[in-house]
Amino acid sequence: MAPEAESARDTDWDGVRLHIVTGKGGTGKTTVAAALALALAGAGRRVLLVEVEGRQGISQTFDVAPLASSETRIAHAARGGEVFGLSVDAKTALLEYLHIFYKLGRAGGLLEKFGAIDFATTIAPGVRDVLLIGKVYEAVRRRKNHKAKGPGAIPAYDAVVLDAPPTGRVVRFLNVNHEVADLARVGPIRSQADSITAMLKSPQTAIHLVTLLEEMPVQETVDTIAELRAIGMPIGGVIVNQMREEILTLEVLEAATRAAISRADVAADLSRVHVRPTDALVDGLLTEARDHAERVALERDEAKVIAALGRPTYRLPSLSEGVDANGIREMAETLVGEGMA
Amino acid sequence: MTSVLDIDALIGDPQTRIIVCCGAGGVGKTTTAAALGLRAAESGRRVVVLTIDPARRLAQSLGLTTLDNTPRPVRDIDDTRGGALDAMMLDMKRTFDEVVQAHAAPDKAEQILANPFYQAVSSSFSGTQEYMAMEKLGQLSLEARRDPDNPRWDLIVVDTPPSRSALDFLDAPKRLGSFLDGRLIRLLSAPAKVGGRAYLKVFSAGVNIVTTTLTKVLGGQMLSDVQTFVAALDTMFGGFRKRADHTYALLSDHSTAFIVVAAPERDALREASFFVDRLAEEEMPLAGLVINRVYRVSAPNLSAARALSAAEQLGDEQGGSSSEGPPGVFDSSVITAGLLRMHAVQAEIAARHQALARRLIAGHPGIPMVEVPAASGDIHDLVGLRTVGDALAGH
Repeated sequence: MAPEAESARDTDWDGVRLHIVTGKGGTGKTTVAAALALALAGAGRRVLLVEVEGRQGISQTFDVAPLASSETRIAHAARGGEVFGLSVDAKTALLEYLHIFYKLGRAGGLLEKFGAIDFATTIAPGVRDVLLIGKVYEAVRRRKNHKAKGPGAIPAYDAVVLDAPPTGRVVRFLNVNHEVADLARVGPIRSQADSITAMLKSPQTAIHLVTLLEEMPVQETVDTIAELRAIGMPIGGVIVNQMREEILTLEVLEAATRAAISRADVAADLSRVHVRPTDALVDGLLTEARDHAERVALERDEAKVIAALGRPTYRLPSLSEGVDANGIREMAETLVGEGMA
Repeated sequence: MTSVLDIDALIGDPQTRIIVCCGAGGVGKTTTAAALGLRAAESGRRVVVLTIDPARRLAQSLGLTTLDNTPRPVRDIDDTRGGALDAMMLDMKRTFDEVVQAHAAPDKAEQILANPFYQAVSSSFSGTQEYMAMEKLGQLSLEARRDPDNPRWDLIVVDTPPSRSALDFLDAPKRLGSFLDGRLIRLLSAPAKVGGRAYLKVFSAGVNIVTTTLTKVLGGQMLSDVQTFVAALDTMFGGFRKRADHTYALLSDHSTAFIVVAAPERDALREASFFVDRLAEEEMPLAGLVINRVYRVSAPNLSAARALSAAEQLGDEQGGSSSEGPPGVFDSSVITAGLLRMHAVQAEIAARHQALARRLIAGHPGIPMVEVPAASGDIHDLVGLRTVGDALAGH
């Protein structure tokens, strides 16, 4: 933690300590979560990046060894900042939970033998999600010095970024209280769910949505925001990923759509720079332009839908080299530049 | 090295009775399943498509407006070859309820359906969707062959749930089996018996710890709900298992074909690789791979590098005359340079997609594959689905 850095920069999410990142499958939510973690770790901060679906997306994104159930440093950021990674698995979380709260040594093994751990982590509905977010909850609240309490105590992590399940499942995942409501009206699972929900709904948390400028991801973003709002969860920003660079001007795009670009002129230009203007080539280029114009028009429509949401919006350009560890750093810089971190 | 996945041969073969589409979320699995179903129906087969969670407009294009678990005919298809197309959306809870009603005595069934634990399991248990998709497949397959002389359907196309666990259904019979045979279940369904004197002391001490811990963790009320649920389910366990085994056998039969759908992105291809290996491990009949949304350029003979240098030359030309004023918007060399730059970007994407696809093939030699070019917009009508079907068939 670098207190002097705290006041150096105003970001859109000052005060948020838990960043939850979701998005439709294929929108790149894991890479965005990784970039956000790196961005937040700038200025010497400690950030934990957590995944809960055992996909090992984080280790693959950072090109490090597969993450285990212990927190491992996976990247360095500016001025001594660090990003730690964790892949939470429900079984380990349950055994850890039992150990902390019930001081269970031998019983853990016995439970495993009887299939009770499998039961609680895969079959008992809701319990699995309570355990998974429970671990995130614990990491957000953890103090550097275990004994220190109260507002002066220094948190172990300045921020936690959760690579959450995709939009289709995220509302159910975060709505743990509802999930266990019918089952556990009282008892430890219930009180754990209550504490988690209180934190999720507090101003310490922000749920960010990653989308592409395509119909389905945008529709899911709109629907998910409405559902999250309905259950009182704090909506964060919208990150538009893989934005295409604008190469052709509006006028050229319109001309391409109307088939108003002169084939003869294009052919003459190509000849002048020694590209043989076969019919196939000229037609190909004009077809590409028309398809491109069609895509751009669709993207503009989707951008309007996103703008109408009225949420802080961040744009990440498409990385022509694909996403590797360097690409993540580039994305992190962009997010810092746009004020997200 | 690469063999081509011949979709028309696959759907044209009367021996093909089930096609399962699997793959990561967001790769266009549902669209692929719908396009395959439509193409098969228009080539004369009697098809039912089972979708899990279709995008709204795609569902509408298939006439699916309500989630009611019933196959309904899709209108406006070309039925001149005698085919038909039905489509349905999976209702996970209702499917589960039907299983209970079919296998438990009426009074028991009622007891189960009213149990809070059952209600939570059937609507939110992670994995229920996978199990129920396969259960529904089993039901459709039975329904299809009810009248052997006049089968309602001769081809079932199934979309799988959009998750990493999309292949969990392969484990369903085993998981269900080990759970039902497990000591925990016996413990929950008959705690008195297990704690009895017939057991070794050590074992019963263990039982005590387990029940005490479960009570601590779950709470006494939840544990008793679970016990009631398990006791009520007891009567239908046999039927449950038999069905799961039957579905597994159905999937591994040679009349079933798995199609793994991928998109040319690192993550999606990694998942596809995982699916292919997993199916091979289970000796499931993999028909091939569909790589969806592969970017293609219309002028493939002009390389990105050549296009860029030509665009630069045109730009230099322009730079020379710019002292006389800003170039006009419709100045042809500005437009041509723009077209060339746009082409260069697209050619690079196309090349990257090709490289990714090649790597997947290299890792799984001999697996038939077909690429579907990226469409410029989303697909949400029969016309769009037909275009995808043509592409799947290599046209």
